[in-house]
Amino acid sequence: MPRRSGSTSPANDSSNTSSYSSAPGQGGIAIKAPSKSNRFSLLFSTSPKPKAESPTARAALQTASGTNTAAPTISSASLSLPTISLSTATADNPNMNEPPTTLFQPPSPEEARRLAKQHAQFGPIGHPSHRFSSRHPGGPFPEPIMDEPPYYYLITTYISYLILIAFGHVRDFFGKRLREENYRHLKSRNGYAALNSDFDNFYVRRLKLRINDCFERPVTGVPGRNITLIDRATDDHNKSFYLTGTTTDTLNLSSYNYLGFAQSEGPCADITEETIRKYGITPVSTRAEVGTQDLHVELEDMVANFVGKEDSMVFSMGFGTNANIFSALVSKGCLIISDELNHASIRFGSRLSGASITMFKHNDMRDLEAKLREAISQGQPRTHRPWKKILIVVEGLYSMEGSMCNLPGLIALKRRYKFHLFVDEAHSIGAIGPRGRGVCDYFGIDTKEVDILMGTLTKSFGANGGYIAADKVMINKLRAIDSGMFYGESTSPAVIAQITSAIRLIKGELIAGQGEERLQRLAFNSRYLRLGLKRLGFIVYGHDDSPIVPVLLFNPAKMPAFSHEMLKRKVSVVIVGYPATPLVSSRARFCVSAAHTKEDLDRVLAACDEIGNTLQLKFSTGVAGGAVPVSDDMAPPPEKEIQWRQKRNPTVIPPRWRVEDVIRRGVQDVKSPLF
Amino acid sequence: MDVQETQRLLSEYLHELANLFHRVPGSAILLRYVKSSYQDDPIRSAVELFLFLFAVRYLLAPKYSTKPGVVQLSDDEIDDLVDEWTPEPLVGKTTPLEDMEVEKRTVIVGPVGPKSKLSNGRTVMNLGSYNFYNFNTNESIKEKAIQTLRNYGVGPCGPRGFYGTQDVHMKTEADVASFLGTASCIIYSQAFSTISSVIPAFSKRGDIIVADKGVNFAIRKGIQISRSIVRWYEHNDMEDLARVLAKVTKEQARKPLTRRFIITEGMFESYGDMVDLPKIIELKLKYKFRLILDESWSFGVLGRTGRGITEHQNVDAAEVDMIVGSLAGPLVAGGGFCAGSEEIVHHQRISAAAYTFSAALPALLSTTASATINILQNSPETVSQLRDLTKAMWTQLDPRSDWVYCTSAPENPVMMLVLKPEVIAAKRLSPQDQQFVLQDVVDECLANGVLITRLKTLDDSFEPRQKVPAALKVCVTSGLTKKEIEKSGTIIRHAITKILSRRK
Repeated sequence: MPRRSGSTSPANDSSNTSSYSSAPGQGGIAIKAPSKSNRFSLLFSTSPKPKAESPTARAALQTASGTNTAAPTISSASLSLPTISLSTATADNPNMNEPPTTLFQPPSPEEARRLAKQHAQFGPIGHPSHRFSSRHPGGPFPEPIMDEPPYYYLITTYISYLILIAFGHVRDFFGKRLREENYRHLKSRNGYAALNSDFDNFYVRRLKLRINDCFERPVTGVPGRNITLIDRATDDHNKSFYLTGTTTDTLNLSSYNYLGFAQSEGPCADITEETIRKYGITPVSTRAEVGTQDLHVELEDMVANFVGKEDSMVFSMGFGTNANIFSALVSKGCLIISDELNHASIRFGSRLSGASITMFKHNDMRDLEAKLREAISQGQPRTHRPWKKILIVVEGLYSMEGSMCNLPGLIALKRRYKFHLFVDEAHSIGAIGPRGRGVCDYFGIDTKEVDILMGTLTKSFGANGGYIAADKVMINKLRAIDSGMFYGESTSPAVIAQITSAIRLIKGELIAGQGEERLQRLAFNSRYLRLGLKRLGFIVYGHDDSPIVPVLLFNPAKMPAFSHEMLKRKVSVVIVGYPATPLVSSRARFCVSAAHTKEDLDRVLAACDEIGNTLQLKFSTGVAGGAVPVSDDMAPPPEKEIQWRQKRNPTVIPPRWRVEDVIRRGVQDVKSPLF
Repeated sequence: MDVQETQRLLSEYLHELANLFHRVPGSAILLRYVKSSYQDDPIRSAVELFLFLFAVRYLLAPKYSTKPGVVQLSDDEIDDLVDEWTPEPLVGKTTPLEDMEVEKRTVIVGPVGPKSKLSNGRTVMNLGSYNFYNFNTNESIKEKAIQTLRNYGVGPCGPRGFYGTQDVHMKTEADVASFLGTASCIIYSQAFSTISSVIPAFSKRGDIIVADKGVNFAIRKGIQISRSIVRWYEHNDMEDLARVLAKVTKEQARKPLTRRFIITEGMFESYGDMVDLPKIIELKLKYKFRLILDESWSFGVLGRTGRGITEHQNVDAAEVDMIVGSLAGPLVAGGGFCAGSEEIVHHQRISAAAYTFSAALPALLSTTASATINILQNSPETVSQLRDLTKAMWTQLDPRSDWVYCTSAPENPVMMLVLKPEVIAAKRLSPQDQQFVLQDVVDECLANGVLITRLKTLDDSFEPRQKVPAALKVCVTSGLTKKEIEKSGTIIRHAITKILSRRK
């Protein structure tokens, strides 16, 4: 049970009333900042006008950075933060107002530059308490609660799309008559049918084009803690872009750099450089011909050992791994039952296999069981012959929802219905579990229970490619029939070096403790950001420990607005809308990394707070959590907290915390179940 | 409560209901409508009443399944069926051929160069890799890759659409486009996955594909997933192509115009021979088809500076609608590309699965591709030197062997050596036997210090089945001297003779 000392201090800032302070029967739990020494809260409490102050603050900071590197640990990106003081995160530190007791030695400019570069890729941990172990707490695996916004937002979302579509058609109507040359490529020309059908192209032309500047933003350098965007501009409403010649450093919440291995220096890069010198660039062949090197054999053993299987195969592309594997596993007369939200590569591969495909509702074990009972009892359509095999395909962590598969539920069903289980750990490997070994590790389930573990090496390991891990007998057969082995180019030695060194770091073989630190920081960061956003009042999807944190936006116009506002505050985020998500639930997706520090996430929270107010994004009802925690003396044990709360306080109060309270309470509350 | 009381209450309620009904706006119209329609036409009222009752019945009717042939079973019966059902194992047993495939896998220890060290400790002449120009051990290219590594790290950690588009990718795309002479280019992160995504991005259900029967596995997969109508023509037979095109055009004349594509390869992966591009261009223009040309094996090899078959046969690259190629072969980088007009490239950025749903190419492979293209462009002697060596190898093998012949084009540094039909007939070799025999040849060559390989192909379930003849694959590299090439050619020839003459 974490200490909750902050909660007993009296509220002495009466000028600010927050929505939850009126919560009944919670006398001792004021969450407001004590006025003492918290520069952060001062900045906020004095301001209904923080924006007016920001230019001067920024100017001051910029002059500081101009005179170079007075504060080496702070990257230039965090210097250009508009409204928040840099000392945000030291709110925990009681000594911050006291003068330093040691003589401060300014580092040499080169040293400072080196450190700044290093920290732009991987931020140093702010405080030893910023760690957490990602592990299933036991008991049944809860479904994430999908909060819903007021009907107002749903209706306006539909109306927005209607307006967009109507406008699009009006523009097309006039465009096709007045500016015919712009539509020529959609019509048949001298005997050739149009490459794009007019109808299919409508969405791209009339809806996506409007927000094209939020996609395919060019970048340079390492996609680590910070990412450098190459600025671009458009003169023709997003039809084409030109580079303006400048770059912007932003905080990177968009790359799948879960463990922070996207680095151009450090042990991984050193080993990779050495490998390039020794081995050259590529094996210039396919694996089946002569493209197998000692490195590949070693890597396959290492991956198998890491994920907990007897053997594995490694490919040079994650998408290709899925696109090719299903043809080797199933064929006509077999059935694939696939989660409805599975990745495009799984659909691509399943379609190529020739097997029948059906889908079950996302993560819904009851629906899956019904589908299984129907499939097994009815057999194949028309002939009613029993299916040769049934393969259930799920992902460990869903990249758009932030939800994890219900592995315990699947294993229970597997025992009863004898199907084969394929788990795609594209996002979960490295990112989930106390030892980073994916969903099996997270749930404490023996990897023997899962027939095939697939994963990518692109995300957590900062490299490229994918793997298939299974029993030795299976892999031996698959090596002889998988088309990726036969025709796909063999993985490059540089990429292999990155993967093996990353795995050795995670295991603690290269530098003791570093892997553990990365895993635990990622778990902490994921929970911290998720809890913070919930408390601010956003609707957040997904499970507590998922490093993918989707924030729901709903109205289509809020997608570009959110992206632009975040970019103004030097944070790069990914926005996703239809067709990648259902029409109404457009969202912004944060991908948390171990490379982020708590200050970085505080910046994100503060930015979200401002943007959430401006764009009216705080519409959670409180059913999904974010409520005010109870005081120590009355608190039930954590595992019973939810039931206790339901019994005690049946009316849920929409959480609308002030951002400084969120930040102040975050570190201690993040370690209990996030509610 | 007596009867009168009840009656009174009832009439009161009725009265109130009638009042309520009258208060509803529009009720007068409804009443008037019913009254007048009844007076005009009682049958109409009866029909309307019937329709109303039917609608009520329909809405209240229980739901039923629309799936045909579903057998209704009780839960106990289903439980029994579940207990009874035994699925096949997920992966079956290996066949002897598959066992050999895995057992005989060569493992190279250390770098892949013209001379490579194997896991058994021997150093052999490597005629198995596509390291034609020996760029893989080129120090300046390595240095460039390391420089990229130190600026970009290894992986881009994201798909191109979400912050995975690095400036180096844009540069490589521009380099390939200007090298080929097309308007635009898009790069993918694996060569093998490129064309199987390019085809379905354009050709949809109902569209028409006319393809060569000998196209490679990746194209077949692309065609399969596109679900288009496919017509095949005999391998490299231009007359047959003309016949098929004429037939398709005639068949489709009265139907609405759909997209039509011809798909073929520049140099065929499975046969090594070359396409007659000018003739294909002529036919495609005549019948108004678009051309998707897979240059995976000709890009970087054919032509004066390695621009591919368009340079070799003097065709303007802009005449070909889509040129798909590989950066992973002789260019020693990774990934594939598709070059074409702006419109074609732009469309793929939105709708090609392997582009939008896959992580981007590692930056260091991208810069390597740019670097090797630059070398090819600036020193044509690289290509001409390889061509000389290829000729030298060719003279050692094709004209001099009684057992095999080479199906590759003379300019192709990948030589496909196929058993002569009379040999197969005399020794009664089944396709599987041929694979075993050729593997023996590979082993024999290896014992004499030359690494070659068999053509590795997979059967797929896509109809019509393709029957690629078993072949030995010899890849020439300019990392070896002419003398070494000739010597290894002799070794290969002798190995073939030794193994085949031994076999009864």
